Amino acid sequence: MSEHEYTPKSKVGKWFNDRLPLLTLANHLTDYPTPKNLNYWWTFGGILTFCLITQIVTGLVLAMHYIAHADMAFSSVEHIMRDVNYGWLIRYIHANGASMFFLAVYIHIFRSLFYGSYKSPREIIWIIGIIIYLLMMAAAFLGYVLPWGQMSFWGATVITNLFSAIPLVGEGIVTWLWGGYSVDNPTLTRFFTLHYLIPFLILGLVVLHIWALHVPGNNNPIGIDIKKPSKDTVPFHPYIVIKDGFALLMFMIVFAFFVFYTPNILGHADNYIEANPLVTPAHIVPEWYLLPFYAILRSVPDKLLGVIAMLSAILILAALPWLDTSKIRSAVFRPLYKQFYWILVADVLILGYVGAMPAEGLYLLIARIATAYYFLHFLVVLPVLGFKERTTPVPLSITEPILGGSPNLAAVKKKDSFKDQ
Amino acid sequence: MKNFFRISFLIALFFGFQFNSNAAEKVEYLKTDWSFKGPFGKFDRAALQRGYQVYQEVCSSCHSMKYLSYRNLVEEGGPEFSVEQAKAIAASFEVKDGPNADGEMFMRPGRLSDKFVMPYENEKAAQAANGGAYPPDMTVLVKARGGGVDYIYSLLQGYEDPPAGVTLDDGVYYNKYMYGNKIKMSNQLSDGLVEYSDGTNASVEQMAKDVTTFLMWTAEPHLETRHKMGFKAIVYLIILTVLVYFSMKRIWSRIETKV
Repeated sequence: MSEHEYTPKSKVGKWFNDRLPLLTLANHLTDYPTPKNLNYWWTFGGILTFCLITQIVTGLVLAMHYIAHADMAFSSVEHIMRDVNYGWLIRYIHANGASMFFLAVYIHIFRSLFYGSYKSPREIIWIIGIIIYLLMMAAAFLGYVLPWGQMSFWGATVITNLFSAIPLVGEGIVTWLWGGYSVDNPTLTRFFTLHYLIPFLILGLVVLHIWALHVPGNNNPIGIDIKKPSKDTVPFHPYIVIKDGFALLMFMIVFAFFVFYTPNILGHADNYIEANPLVTPAHIVPEWYLLPFYAILRSVPDKLLGVIAMLSAILILAALPWLDTSKIRSAVFRPLYKQFYWILVADVLILGYVGAMPAEGLYLLIARIATAYYFLHFLVVLPVLGFKERTTPVPLSITEPILGGSPNLAAVKKKDSFKDQ
Repeated sequence: MKNFFRISFLIALFFGFQFNSNAAEKVEYLKTDWSFKGPFGKFDRAALQRGYQVYQEVCSSCHSMKYLSYRNLVEEGGPEFSVEQAKAIAASFEVKDGPNADGEMFMRPGRLSDKFVMPYENEKAAQAANGGAYPPDMTVLVKARGGGVDYIYSLLQGYEDPPAGVTLDDGVYYNKYMYGNKIKMSNQLSDGLVEYSDGTNASVEQMAKDVTTFLMWTAEPHLETRHKMGFKAIVYLIILTVLVYFSMKRIWSRIETKV
């Protein structure tokens, strides 16, 4: 992992390290040369680690009090809210933590998109990230089913029914997923088991994600390869640790605001009604973080094609390193890409908005246009842009533009104007 | 720091979208001042006690309160009845217990540890007694309705004669705040329906407000603790953030890059 050798000072340390090089690892993590121009968008990796650990810790405590049974799940959640010491706090942290997790992961993903962090040599980091994101969506969906409210039950029914679109074996798969002929107790118990399993899979993948990151090192806002260690880098500790810590605290203030003052605003009121297979809610909507994909699903008139479109919308991201043909990583030096980037951001927000609306009339039309544009961006705009776009000159190192000694004033100006946006 | 404003802006934008999307089917609810709203909100003790009285005398004949126990009436942050009062309340109900040594179920007076006695044996019995409609359990009712407390408060006062052209079946009533305007519960509140022991005038508005306050507490019994702890947590986080900010500035001043 590390380019340089490390020898512990103490004899015991050396003895231990020769057998299990944990101290070498610790040394690598402290000294890890990090580009010194990383901005606050780069702090979301650390924030996401915090989110994952928070979800696991609060989840463990909740699992001690929760009962995965169709007749008891709802009242066991009320038991947690009322009678378990600080149970309300733990549950609200866990429920809002899921939203915070997705908020952070979307910022993290869009940061990668802006600065081209998915490009060579970081494709594997990116693909592991996409798998983590998929698992997060699975975990969030499974977790939302557990309180066994109306939205839990009907959300589970709608999502599992998507598999029935698969030709020939679809119906069989759905019955197999349910463990019966409708969403019922067997569905709940297996969803609970899987909800408990997935965070640990994510944890393992996060280790790989960071490992893969530490091979080429961080990308940076100007997207150039840098020498490490050099004038362009700072050691991870204390520089990045304190900066990540500061950003994390800011994030925690937002998080605390939701938990303590508006704990139910991101949830749906219907989920405080116990699941009832005989009463269908007026609108079945997923949690906010799944809405863009829900909009894509519903914008296609055919069920099977809708499911394919929804899955492709996520999986297309895995092909991004090869769809984006531009050699330049950072959008800072790509004037056209920068504009298309913001159009994509708006497009995804619009999809999220129409995903919450009934799929009819104008909303459906908007959803279809936005869905078409989403795919157009990845399949046409990005590949073509790489060949057609006139990029602005890229500086040779990070220190150059910062010290103003750049041979390339245009690049410096570009960078400053970006900062002011 | 500019980036932070940008992040905050994006967050605000996104959640703005969310709130808009919820606002789509909203009607204008009646407004009143809720003592428990806002970061320092607390329950009005007297209103909770009066609200319990309204629930007990009016609602509880049909609506259950199954996640609440009589002991909760004593607990801090709730109506805070005295232990004697709550014991008397509990004892006024007959609770089915057993089986005893002879294998028989028997009735006994309620204790603090008992759950609120249900008005009906089961859901079917409740439906049979109410023209097929099941009166929902009231414990978390305010959290289970999109409009929350404002909705319940308005609904209780929203009964009026149906507009021309709307015909109602037997046992169905017109309420301007109900989803679809048709409700199977008849108007329950009328001026002077209950006699408040603290001498408060029992107007419809007053009773609606009191019972809604009570329902907010049954849904969120730890609301006061949550508000208090939230204030402390956020003040603590802000102070720590400021300290870490200055430490960060200090550390990064060793190199010639701005943070």
